[in-house]
Amino acid sequence: MDAPVTKKKLGLKERYIAMTRDLAWDTTYQPMDKVFPFDKYEGIKIHDWDKWEDPFRLTMDAYWKYQGEKEKKLYAVIEAFAQNNGQLSISDARYVNALKLFIQGVVPLEYYAHRGFAHVGRHFTGPGARVASQMQAVDELRHFQTETHALSHYNKYFNGMHKSNHWFDRVWYLSVPKSFFEDALSSGPFEFLTAVSFSFEYVLTNLLFVPFMSGAAHNGDMSTVTFGFSAQSDESRHMTLGIECIKFMLEQDPANVPIVQKWIDKWFWRGYRVLTLVAMMQDYMLPKRVMSWKEAWEMYAEQNGGALFRDLARYGIRVPKGWQQACEGKDHISHQAWNTFYNYCAAAPFHTWIPKEEEMQWLSEKYPDTFDKYYRPRLEHLREQQEQGNRFYNKTLPMLCTTCQIPMVFTEPGDPTKICYRESEYQGDKYHFCSDGCKEVFDDEPEKYIQSWLPVHQIYQGNCFPEGTDPTAEGFDPLAAVLAYYQMNVGRDNFDFEGSEDQKNFAAWRGEELPGAAEGAK
Amino acid sequence: MSVIALKPYDFPAKDVRANFPAPLLYIGWEDHLLFCAPVALPLPAETPFGALAQAVLPGVYGYHSDFAKIDWDAVQWFKSGQPWTPDPAKSLQDNGLKHKDVIRFRTPGLTGIAGTCS
Repeated sequence: MDAPVTKKKLGLKERYIAMTRDLAWDTTYQPMDKVFPFDKYEGIKIHDWDKWEDPFRLTMDAYWKYQGEKEKKLYAVIEAFAQNNGQLSISDARYVNALKLFIQGVVPLEYYAHRGFAHVGRHFTGPGARVASQMQAVDELRHFQTETHALSHYNKYFNGMHKSNHWFDRVWYLSVPKSFFEDALSSGPFEFLTAVSFSFEYVLTNLLFVPFMSGAAHNGDMSTVTFGFSAQSDESRHMTLGIECIKFMLEQDPANVPIVQKWIDKWFWRGYRVLTLVAMMQDYMLPKRVMSWKEAWEMYAEQNGGALFRDLARYGIRVPKGWQQACEGKDHISHQAWNTFYNYCAAAPFHTWIPKEEEMQWLSEKYPDTFDKYYRPRLEHLREQQEQGNRFYNKTLPMLCTTCQIPMVFTEPGDPTKICYRESEYQGDKYHFCSDGCKEVFDDEPEKYIQSWLPVHQIYQGNCFPEGTDPTAEGFDPLAAVLAYYQMNVGRDNFDFEGSEDQKNFAAWRGEELPGAAEGAK
Repeated sequence: MSVIALKPYDFPAKDVRANFPAPLLYIGWEDHLLFCAPVALPLPAETPFGALAQAVLPGVYGYHSDFAKIDWDAVQWFKSGQPWTPDPAKSLQDNGLKHKDVIRFRTPGLTGIAGTCS
């Protein structure tokens, strides 16, 4: 027998270095700048990549082991949820529309984030940043999969989920999150990290994740809650990457400060606009409410974000330009967004409805300065019309903001009765915007945004009909053609919740009576 | 400012006039936010301006009970936010309207549901 060989065991720190930074080398056959062509052209100056700190010190082998354990637990819960018909224990079938919004508008972003981090994880010269980005790329791909699996159970029972990937590239409202991410993906690697890791993950992520996950908990959706818990440790790593990246750029060279500030201004505003969808979900789509959008904004943006920017002031960074307007918007955007989807839910694959009386009461309490004054009378009027069989559907396509691609629904700062219009001229054409923030983003890089795939314009250009459609044929119905192109099941995926198949099925499964038609919206 | 890129960055604009069957016109009705946003409509340049009130807008805004009460002689028009006096007998083009112009109209005395600008 051979004498036993004692293997030298590496300490945690050596192990981390061996498994991460030691895997990088300077190329000799080809110049480094040719192998890494992307991390200089944005103008960010890096003098010493070794100064990149990675507080998590996670190595790939530990990553696989840890994530594997977590996912075993997650899939056990998802399986149990399915076995026990968990869909019957949710608060109300209306809740599922929050999940539709999630699988349609948020889940595909995880995949986009995966692509973005895989790209920058290849292209940074510094190995610390590369490893952190590569791990996040794997996280995002896992989240795309686990979210899809967690939600797939609902797809067996409810409408509005069966074509979410197809919809993401076509349905009008989904161009809002899609164009946000494509804007980030087509930026350089440092701007991408400022956009996604810092502005979205660090500054705004709590406003996305907490409402959806605690909304799920309050509404009996244990499957989604478990996903949320499982993703939490990843999210804290993502937030750390965001703040680390910002501090690293700011510390490396003072010339980086104005570039970073410009990106923070842009991406705070872009992210804030996307979150309009979450604001609406929180205030209108959860039958059991958690907290209002306004309360969430005050806690996560005004308090936490305020402290963050006080901390960054030592580098010469100030609060993002649109901060004041975003804070003013907390009283309005959820109501304005719900009205938008109430207007156009013939063309969106989820349902809308008029809130019940006690839900309006909650909104009055949460929005004492605005709800009764501006928004309740409109909802009561719509309820009255709906009860008389005159449910409002807006049949004319809306004007969109060129930058955020949201219909022009936002109002002037200081006057919630006037739509905010802004415009610019570029190469002889006019471009329109919902806000100063969106106009400034365009004016800074007009060559980029003149390529915006604006759904309304694409429909009018004839690009959103099924192949072989003849728009000049007699009796041509453009809306029907667009919905066919979307592959929506008309009458099932769209229209009001009242009278929907979801509503009827859920009541039948639970042995409950349907509310009378006339009582419907009460 | 312009895009910072590694290579020449020059791509066609997606929404130039030539890509549409007719020029786009954006129209908003002030003080009536029941309609969540202004609308976008492709309208032939030779359409008489007066046809908006008679033929186009009833289909867009007719749902609102204020619409039938509009006194079209008293309506105030705005183009890109500035007060503007179109000639209803002339075409959109002869009124100076171009692709992707935005016009709004205010209907004095009509301020929406219960006066809330809805």
